[in-house]
Amino acid sequence: MPVKLFYEALKDAMAEEMRRDPNVYVLGEDVGHYGGSYKATKDLYKEFGELRLLDTPICENAFTGLAVGSAMTGLRPIIEGMNMGFLLLAFNQIANNGGMLRYTSGGQFKIPMVVRGPGGVGKQLGAEHSQRLEGYFNNVPGLKIVHTSTVYNAKGLLKAAIRDDNPVMFFEHVLLYNLKEDIPEAEYLLPLDKAEMVKEGRDVTVLTYGRMRHHCSEALAELAARDIDVELIDLIALKPLDLETIGRSLKKTHRVVIVEEDMKSGGVGAEIVASIDEHYFDYLDAPVVRLASKDVPVPYNGRMEATVIPQPHDIVKAVEEMLALRV
Amino acid sequence: MVQQQLPPTRYHIDRPEALALYRDMVLGRTFEDTCAQMYYRGKMFGFVHLYNGQEAVSTGVIKALRPDDYVTSTYRDHVHALSKGVSARSVMAELFGKATGCSKGRGGSMHLFSAEHNLLGGFAFVAEGIPIATGAGFTAVYKGTDQVSACFFGDGATNNGQFFECLNMAALWNLPVLYVVENNLWSIGMYHHRASSVVEIYKKADAFGIPGVRVDGMDVLAVREVAKEAIERARAGGGPTLIECTTYRFRGHSLADPDELRDPAEKEFWRKQDPIPRLAAFIREQELATAEELKAIDQQIRAEIDDAVLFAEESPEPPLDELYRFQFAEDE
Ligand SMILES: Cc1ncc(C[n+]2csc(CCOP(=O)(O)OP(=O)(O)O)c2C)c(N)n1
Repeated sequence: MPVKLFYEALKDAMAEEMRRDPNVYVLGEDVGHYGGSYKATKDLYKEFGELRLLDTPICENAFTGLAVGSAMTGLRPIIEGMNMGFLLLAFNQIANNGGMLRYTSGGQFKIPMVVRGPGGVGKQLGAEHSQRLEGYFNNVPGLKIVHTSTVYNAKGLLKAAIRDDNPVMFFEHVLLYNLKEDIPEAEYLLPLDKAEMVKEGRDVTVLTYGRMRHHCSEALAELAARDIDVELIDLIALKPLDLETIGRSLKKTHRVVIVEEDMKSGGVGAEIVASIDEHYFDYLDAPVVRLASKDVPVPYNGRMEATVIPQPHDIVKAVEEMLALRV
Repeated sequence: MVQQQLPPTRYHIDRPEALALYRDMVLGRTFEDTCAQMYYRGKMFGFVHLYNGQEAVSTGVIKALRPDDYVTSTYRDHVHALSKGVSARSVMAELFGKATGCSKGRGGSMHLFSAEHNLLGGFAFVAEGIPIATGAGFTAVYKGTDQVSACFFGDGATNNGQFFECLNMAALWNLPVLYVVENNLWSIGMYHHRASSVVEIYKKADAFGIPGVRVDGMDVLAVREVAKEAIERARAGGGPTLIECTTYRFRGHSLADPDELRDPAEKEFWRKQDPIPRLAAFIREQELATAEELKAIDQQIRAEIDDAVLFAEESPEPPLDELYRFQFAEDE
């Protein structure tokens, strides 16, 4: 199996889908000649031409609307947000038109569009470049939201997102682009609505997604050394949530810790707690614990920045405290 | 306040064409007048923005397009839909919120769509449809078809970022798009001259190196002439055109607007330029049809609209158990 970097997996996914379907194209700032700010489209324009790797001016709202219009009329755009935070400028087109237009048109138009790009808290990038948008977009009807955290998943999920006939928000993480992994040569696709069971366990369920999956894995190693057997689930699908997998796990462990990088107020974690409360309350032995970013703009200072998002030792502590309540 | 009346124009047009334009404008006017009645009778709800006075723009541009060309509109979208060929029945049914409406009761007044007619939508946010039409123009270039897309918007929209962002991209990539400004001088209660640093909107085209034209938007023949030229240029790969149509809305901003702000003298000035009697006079002068023939058209349309109201009234509501239907592509 070939070793691939995260950004190469994304590039392969796009290239394969573009070869397969002439209606698939990529647009965004610097996706063509420059090859994308994180190299995810490097050199693709040489194979596919400038029309299919469309370098746009810096006008997020209008080029996102252009993508929606092109999707309504038969194309399959992949928008790369240079940094996902900039797509706040495109909120109008993503929410009103991307998300709702199929519905308001009574099902007459499809919007097969992928909005992907780097986000999350990087290394001292400052507040505006450290945004997590999943909470913002979670409230928009008609969108699917996916967050990917491994090289293998990145490829299979992106291919599936490109083939999906709905608008998909596809979140990547700035700090994961250079991850390495052996992935299969043969084509594969992964479902957009399924969580991944990363590790089975019996004591506590840890639900996470995105870069926090890697923090959780670190914490798990430490907990295992203390004889605590954690079940780790990477949610992947943030909308719709894979409640089935969540439910199955907590019927087994009866304890849940949620670890996310998004801000606590109104984040995806809040939605999960509410959903667990609605569907599985009777199976819980302890209140759900939520580790999330602090509700504050991400500071530039490195030490302060590190305190904003949950760290592996926070996860260890939360799991231990939860089990200390065990009678 | 500055009034503008452009010099009268004279164009050659044959009888069937002239009558088709007349018919379309009367259809738009009668439909909108009926909407006002229906709104006050509690048959339709929400924000309803009527188009009275501006018919020459919709008719002049859309009737010069081919059926496979694309159109996007604003929240003032009923008449653009009708000109594009969407039936009065399905537009009226949509405004009544019925399952037989052109958006199956999910859209309402500001969200009219028809895939069959390549009507890509009414858009409730100001300037929101401009990028969508630009995207349809991009598809035409991408696929190498010769389809043109036309988008309509008000003078107020030309101060919004999406307008500038899209003109830039359309000029850059030679997209076959007609940007049609319906300059009716008002954005709700904001007078155009108080909102735009450059009041001659067509001049904004200069910044992008594309043709910008101003035309008397109360003269359907003049609008049509300008539209034809722009469409021909776009089809031939000559890129976008910005067309400023000077016009006026005869009613308040929406049916909820008492229209107390605008000067009665200004309203009177523009009423005298009503595009419908103007075309009727031209048709009679040129002996293309008699007054009786025009009256017969008026009556036919009255009957068509009465039928549309009946159809809308008798149509079923969308079933409640289909609340979630049409949200995702999987729901056909
Ligand atoms: C983005 C946005 N801001 C505000 C509004 C509220 N609004 C609706 S119509 C309108 C005036 C628009 O005027 P203009 O573009 O000239 O079009 P007209 O109504 O004259 O046809 C405003 C401010 C809106 N619909 N969208």
